Amino acid sequence: MKILAVCGMGLGTSLILRMNAEKALKQLGVEADVEVSDMGSARALASTADLVLTSEELAEQLGPVKPKVITISNFIDLDEMITKLKAAFG
Amino acid sequence: MPSLHDEAEAAVGPRLSQLVTTDAVRVGASAADWRAAVRVAGDALVASGATTPAYTDEMIATVEQLGPYIVIAPGIALAHSRPSPAVVRAGISLVTLSRPVEFGHPRNDPVHLVVGLAAVDEEAHVMALSTLAEFLADAGRRQALIAALDPADVVRLVRAFERGQADEARPPARDGKESVERT
Repeated sequence: MKILAVCGMGLGTSLILRMNAEKALKQLGVEADVEVSDMGSARALASTADLVLTSEELAEQLGPVKPKVITISNFIDLDEMITKLKAAFG
Repeated sequence: MPSLHDEAEAAVGPRLSQLVTTDAVRVGASAADWRAAVRVAGDALVASGATTPAYTDEMIATVEQLGPYIVIAPGIALAHSRPSPAVVRAGISLVTLSRPVEFGHPRNDPVHLVVGLAAVDEEAHVMALSTLAEFLADAGRRQALIAALDPADVVRLVRAFERGQADEARPPARDGKESVERT
């Protein structure tokens, strides 16, 4: 599984998203690669990802992409990440 | 308990405590609005030697372009832009505000802690930022940071946290005996 963490610059906020996602995936026992991306290249990279993680605001700017988009409100809250990933995995 | 250090150990670059020096910290700063708050974080990056003042304007421009998504958690903004000639080296500044300010974020406003981040590439700030995210994930540590009275307090909190992480990562010294806490 490939997960794309998207933020404006691809090196600050998305990095924190990736760290939190990796912790959550470990707890859920799910194997996945989490990559980071800026808004500019996100649409192209999303076509090869299974899941996109970003904020609600940026999800609107990103527009429709092929994989499911999960929006995160609190980027350092592990519980929110686990709950939303769990829901996405079904 | 799962180890939280795997990513940090794999990452490169300076430790958080190497970036968060007293020069890079402002405690109880007053800011009239989000621009002023980001400016304080930028000034602290400049004072610590990480950036030139032009980077402060770039951080403000980032919010103007992309919106207040940099408010990554309730009360916490991660101000940053991209690597540029205005970045001298990787840097992180920490600013607590005397009065919280609105960034226009629908859920995480108002902001009372502004983190300034300067990156030279996609790598050099990774370990320090990972450590900071771990630090901020705990409500007690967030409280202590907000309650800090001066920059030296903040620097002490960061160093103590890093020491704690390093101790946790180390295997026990002897069977059945807890390692002696260093002071």
